Amino acid sequence: MDILVCISKAPDTTAKIQFTDGNTKFDENGVQFIVNPYDEWYALVRALELKEAGGGSVCIITVGGPEADPVIRKALAIGADKAVRIDAQPTDAGFVAGQIADYAKANSFDLILCGKETINYNGSQVGGMIAAEMDLPYVSQAIKLDVAGATATVERDIQGGVEVLEGNTPLVISCAKGMAEQRIPNMRGIMAARTKPLEVVAPTDRPALTEVVGYDLPPQKTEVKLVDPENAEELINLLRNEAKII
Amino acid sequence: MAVLVFADNTNGSIAKSSKEAINYAHQMGQGVTVVTYGEISQDKLSALGNSGANKVLHHTGVNRVEPSQLSKMVAEAAKAESAEIVVFAHDYTGKSVAPLTAVRLNAGIVSGAVALPDTSSGFRVRKAVFSGKAFANYELKSDVKVISLLPNSIDLVEVSGSASVENFSADLGSAGLVQKEVRGTVSEGGPVLTEAELVVSAGRGLKGPENWGMVEELAELLGAATACSRPVADVGWRPHHEHVGQTGVAIRPNLYIAIGISGAIQHLAGVNGSKVIVVINKDPEAPFFKAADYGIVGDAFEVVPKLIEAVKKLKAA
Ligand SMILES: Cc1cc2nc3c(=O)[nH]c(=O)nc-3n(C[C@H](O)[C@H](O)[C@H](O)COP(=O)(O)OP(=O)(O)OC[C@H]3O[C@@H](n4cnc5c(N)ncnc54)[C@H](O)[C@@H]3O)c2cc1C
Ligand SMILES: Nc1ncnc2c1ncn2[C@@H]1O[C@H](COP(=O)(O)O)[C@@H](O)[C@H]1O
Repeated sequence: MDILVCISKAPDTTAKIQFTDGNTKFDENGVQFIVNPYDEWYALVRALELKEAGGGSVCIITVGGPEADPVIRKALAIGADKAVRIDAQPTDAGFVAGQIADYAKANSFDLILCGKETINYNGSQVGGMIAAEMDLPYVSQAIKLDVAGATATVERDIQGGVEVLEGNTPLVISCAKGMAEQRIPNMRGIMAARTKPLEVVAPTDRPALTEVVGYDLPPQKTEVKLVDPENAEELINLLRNEAKII
Repeated sequence: MAVLVFADNTNGSIAKSSKEAINYAHQMGQGVTVVTYGEISQDKLSALGNSGANKVLHHTGVNRVEPSQLSKMVAEAAKAESAEIVVFAHDYTGKSVAPLTAVRLNAGIVSGAVALPDTSSGFRVRKAVFSGKAFANYELKSDVKVISLLPNSIDLVEVSGSASVENFSADLGSAGLVQKEVRGTVSEGGPVLTEAELVVSAGRGLKGPENWGMVEELAELLGAATACSRPVADVGWRPHHEHVGQTGVAIRPNLYIAIGISGAIQHLAGVNGSKVIVVINKDPEAPFFKAADYGIVGDAFEVVPKLIEAVKKLKAA
């Protein structure tokens, strides 16, 4: 089975969030970049497990400039076989999904996995858009995936429950917690990643239909109001009469 | 110009998050058409007028349909209504259907919007980014625009009326996926975490799964949902679907009570949209106090039983 895993570059979860250029750009100064956690921990690791169990290959794909290469190498160190970078700035979700769909149409895959969302733009868009572009079935927020022959069984979160679905490959799946456990790359993986193929592909002509025109930060929280633990009941009164919330 | 809203049918009722989306569309000040599907009473559909709907398009004859089919239904309805704005709730269904619909309509999309569009120059929509640590204003440059609304993030306006209901049908194509099973994960009567207005959450400070009784009791008394920090779900003290934060679910209840949770940045990322945050932690230096509105520095095993008594007293009064 050949699996394509969509990988995006995201700021480390502890990164300080600030902006430059009149609040129109994310300030990357001093920021460590990681593979978006959902893409790495869930999509990529599950893809590797499926390959280990049933053979095939795992290819990762990123839409981004050369600055994405270190993050791509991290994903290769975890075990992907090869990488593709579509050489363009990932301007909007439609653009990114269009690029990935164009690549995937030209190279056949049995499964396309992505994360449930990026932790920087929190879009939850790219996976569904790839599916629509390719006219493939789509399962979002999957928490479990098994494949037997050409049949995939997927569990996904729904409002207040879990739904179990079955479908034939190829399909597109966005992955959430439950799919797999995080893997820490070992030294051998890191060494091997240096020589694994990283193909750089020119982008196709796709429009971006949205654009971020400005960022801002939420207002600072006011100081916490402390309640004496001896008098904990007072908290319930405050929530009732001051915050008017219970 | 009409605004079209997709309303999700969950077991014969329109989801709360969908009603919010209808009210949001109503606040845009134009006519609102709703499209929904499946078995649901005419009364419930015309009652959507009380959320702001003028007209409801009801696609009958289908019940469980997959995202690709729902997106075809919404796209066809948008074309039939010449809708320029299509609104979803940014809930589980919206997340799976809205992006596909945007592709079908050649529309730009903003997901997780937290405010009405600003049309003073162009068409701009505000949404939370960096897991709630910042906001971004998106310009939408396409003719048709798709917006999914973050649940519990706008003020609702009062409206009353009765919507007209029309049958609607579109070619939904065939389903590529078969539903095998649905399992509920919330206890009977308890609120769904992602929709809950009140949430009681606990972390590693509780020492072990056997100590969650008081968390559940407090939650039940308040009518709140329960949640937890990541390590607690990782070691299996609590189910995965309760894990909130950067890598779990993001919630924005009116009240979030955090018991024995340190307040790591990745945890805050999932809860910082909450309107009021209460922190109970025995360590006065716990970072969570910086993000809290109310706090108690104390031992959870002493404080929580007192809170339970206080809520009981309040309810008895
Ligand atoms: C990439 C990444 C993603 C992550 N994503 C998430 C996420 O989505 N969600 C998440 O929650 N975490 C996430 N984490 C983990 C996060 O960094 C913290 O490790 C985690 O949130 C800590 O959980 P905790 O607060 O329950 O435990 P601890 O940090 O161990 O805190 C326990 C707290 O309980 C207090 N306490 C102890 N005993 C008592 C008592 N008797 N009464 C009252 N208080 C007491 C302590 O003072 C302490 O503050 C992520 C980490 C990484 C690296
Ligand atoms: N620039 C990108 N290159 C490759 N994949 C991406 C990119 N951006 C997002 N994705 C994938 O799409 C998923 C959802 O992203 P988003 O719709 O932006 O929340 C991510 O978890 C990734 O798997």
